[in-house]
Amino acid sequence: MAQSGTLMGFVHRRRRGAELFLLVIALAVGIGGYAAVGIGVQGKVPADIVGYGGGLAALVIAAHVVVRLVAPYADPVLLPVVAALNGLGLAVIHRLDLAYQAEGGKHDYAQQQLIWMTLGVVLFVATLLLLRDHRVLQRFTYTSGLVAIGLLLLPMMPGIGTTINGARIWIHVGPFSFQPGEVAKVLLVVAFAGYLVLHRDALALAGRRVVFVDLPRGRDLGPILGMWLVSLGILVFQKDLGSSLLFFGLFLVMLYVATERPGWLLVGGVLFAGGAALGYELFGHVRTRFDIWLNPWQYYGKNGDLSFQPVEAMFGMGWGGLIGRGFGNGSPERVPYAESDFIIGAIGEELGLTAVIAVILLYGLIVERALRSALISRDGFGKLMATGLAGVFALQVFVVIGGVTRLIPLTGLTTPFLSYGGSSLVANWVIIALLLRISDQARRPVPDLSGDDDTSPDLEHTQVVKLS
Amino acid sequence: MNKPIRTISIFCLLLFLALMVNATYLQYYKASSLDKDPRNRRVIVAAYSRERGAILVGRNPVAESVPSKDQYKFQRTYPAPLEYAPITGFFSYYSQTGIEQTENAVLSGDDPGLFVTKLVDLLSNNPTKGGSVQLTINAKAQDAAYQGLKALGPGVQGSVVALEPRTGKILAMVSLPTYDPNRLASHDLASVQAAYDRLNADPSEPLLNRAIQTTLPPGSTFKLVTAAAAIQSGNYTAADQVPGGPTYQLPLTSGPSGQISNEGRDCGTNRIPFTQAMGNSCNTSFAALANEVGAEALAKQAEAFGFNSHYLDDLRPQAVSQFPTQMDAAQTGQAGIGQYDVRSTPLQMAMVAAGIANAGTVMQPYVVDEVQSPNYDVINKVEPKELSQAVSATTASELTKLMVYTVDHGTADPAAIPGISVAGKTGTAQSGITSVPPYAWFVSFAPAEDPKVAVAVMIQKANIPRDEIAGGVYGGPIAKAVMEAVIQ
Repeated sequence: MAQSGTLMGFVHRRRRGAELFLLVIALAVGIGGYAAVGIGVQGKVPADIVGYGGGLAALVIAAHVVVRLVAPYADPVLLPVVAALNGLGLAVIHRLDLAYQAEGGKHDYAQQQLIWMTLGVVLFVATLLLLRDHRVLQRFTYTSGLVAIGLLLLPMMPGIGTTINGARIWIHVGPFSFQPGEVAKVLLVVAFAGYLVLHRDALALAGRRVVFVDLPRGRDLGPILGMWLVSLGILVFQKDLGSSLLFFGLFLVMLYVATERPGWLLVGGVLFAGGAALGYELFGHVRTRFDIWLNPWQYYGKNGDLSFQPVEAMFGMGWGGLIGRGFGNGSPERVPYAESDFIIGAIGEELGLTAVIAVILLYGLIVERALRSALISRDGFGKLMATGLAGVFALQVFVVIGGVTRLIPLTGLTTPFLSYGGSSLVANWVIIALLLRISDQARRPVPDLSGDDDTSPDLEHTQVVKLS
Repeated sequence: MNKPIRTISIFCLLLFLALMVNATYLQYYKASSLDKDPRNRRVIVAAYSRERGAILVGRNPVAESVPSKDQYKFQRTYPAPLEYAPITGFFSYYSQTGIEQTENAVLSGDDPGLFVTKLVDLLSNNPTKGGSVQLTINAKAQDAAYQGLKALGPGVQGSVVALEPRTGKILAMVSLPTYDPNRLASHDLASVQAAYDRLNADPSEPLLNRAIQTTLPPGSTFKLVTAAAAIQSGNYTAADQVPGGPTYQLPLTSGPSGQISNEGRDCGTNRIPFTQAMGNSCNTSFAALANEVGAEALAKQAEAFGFNSHYLDDLRPQAVSQFPTQMDAAQTGQAGIGQYDVRSTPLQMAMVAAGIANAGTVMQPYVVDEVQSPNYDVINKVEPKELSQAVSATTASELTKLMVYTVDHGTADPAAIPGISVAGKTGTAQSGITSVPPYAWFVSFAPAEDPKVAVAVMIQKANIPRDEIAGGVYGGPIAKAVMEAVIQ
């Protein structure tokens, strides 16, 4: 619809004022949440509310100004939604810090998260400033693919790779720890988009038809089999169920969009089922996760207490009910890692079902705006990249929230923008920058100066005034 | 590429819908069953942190919640811990007993009767407060019972129960040894666990409420039930002669092992007055009477007083007092003097006395008098309930005559109160084990013409030389003190 609108001469408005208005509301969520934590837990508005609120506002407004300057036609909803989620996440992490401190621990996750958010916004701004046209990234198809594989292999290197909670997905360099998989995620989207936009015809056209479904040719199965093996490799060597699922699902979605052939979904689905069955049969950690999902009560308080975390999260969310206990009145700190993978449990307990639904809707909005950008994007690479980024987001949210609420087996992944964790936060801010860039390109009016894209040096010289 | 993107959009929509439906299922539909799970510590902590209602005796709390400065906000305290522990029970992080357990819904504020106050609290954003429980206990009687039993010296194991015969109200309930529930209500959970483990391992069983949870042979106090059955049969009145004599050979036996004697008390020969048999607690007379009325009638009479049944709802668990139903003639003779397999709680023997005092009608015993809202408005006042008509009013009055004679001229004279007619009966039951001393019993009620209080005293073990143990000497003064506390 939007595309046909464009064709008929419809021009998107910039809507930067709307974005600013929504940002004010988003800031009210973040700063209000911080104040509510202070009131709920300590009985008073935190003393540093002005400094904290000012800092948060400065970050968000800075991001807004940069968008206004270098991506004026970008989607106006994405940045406010992200600001609201990030602000809410900071407030909840601060709440958990206070709970951990009450137990005698010394934690300043919220402060660290604020530093990571600052870095995330800096990278967000840098991405928008340096990358004036997303199509430039197409040049780095194979480079980013190789870098992504390299990053994924980093944790396996002795010396810098470390195993945390059974998964070998972290690297430690000096005082810094990092999850390279989060960055690899972005690079893989770029690599897939670049590869598929070139080879989509070959992958799409050849094949034979079996009962209404076009199945691809055997020789075209190479890339999907390769990705399948990479995913299995992550599962086997890094014991990271979530990332494995995420990468394969991402590739499948992009392959389907590029080729427009549901047959690929069938092939991918079969491969996924096979991989899952194989994982269940061969690997203890996969089997344990699955058994815990089916019978959490058998592992609560006995059999090693393996389901303590998910069951406590369920107790917490049930305890929260419709409107939640309110900040300071629940015990979200009972759930191990409540500040990272299980942050949605903490939100469900203290802010209730209402807030959980609100958060899911916010994620839904991000995915919807990203897919909308994909629809109206004018180039295949942009479409594929926006779809890929939307898909990675949707899958990650589904896998982690579904895991915590026991819809699907639990696989460790961070909740984008909410969870404590630097790599994830920074990577997600870059994803939003890329989405804004794509949507800016897509919504920008078609240049009326013919030859705007022409690289002829003569024309470039004559073009003295460039209309934004 | 737009068609697959639209398909993907629908797919993402379904994913998010599934998440929302599942979150709603978890936090709305399943929330209450999750909250009810006994392993859910959040609910326990919340109950533990709430301002719990008080347990009141008269106007004074015997258990109340006072603000504390730690994470649980309120500390449960017991102002008279040792004296009232058997009734209040304790409220710890891990469990509850006594009234704290049975009235937990009221005390915690979750009782449906407190719905309106809870709603008001919710709307005005105040934390839920619990309602209060008013006990039937008479503080003076409780003090008298506790001090009296304690005066027998350290290491005493025993119990005193006092009832209001007309209503079944429990006026006093004491059990020794006792414990300090404050230590179990502490917020220092490690010390709570240690204290509980220590109490639980103590061989003198301080956590046991001996008034309702220990059954022992009632000995001669059971002769009241035998006498009731005999009079109820129509063959006797208090003025009649009953079988007597220095020994009684149990049916189906021969030789000294089957012979019942009177341990030196004067029980005449052949026939003696009923008053003398009761006053001197003649084993020979009551063993003979038991066989005259027969095992079945005796069992029926015992059950009419409450043996072999549950009747106490306010405190749990209640041990059922037992009267055997399948007995031969020899066993019936022994059961008639409260031996063989007859076992009774102190509460049960108090009910026997109270039933006789209340013209034969046994009232259901209860300890919770009123349930009050957090603002002390009465929400529910308990009405006395009749448990059974154990004997006719005539039989009850004949029995009263026998019991008054026993206090005035017989073994129960330590309970006599000048100017007031007291009815009573002693008992000294053989434990049946050589190393375990006999149990001393005493039951009584007063004033005989208009009974206000019925008492049962049981001394399971005390630092008294074995041959000095007798229900009258040690139980009598305690019963007297309790009766005086109620009447005056």
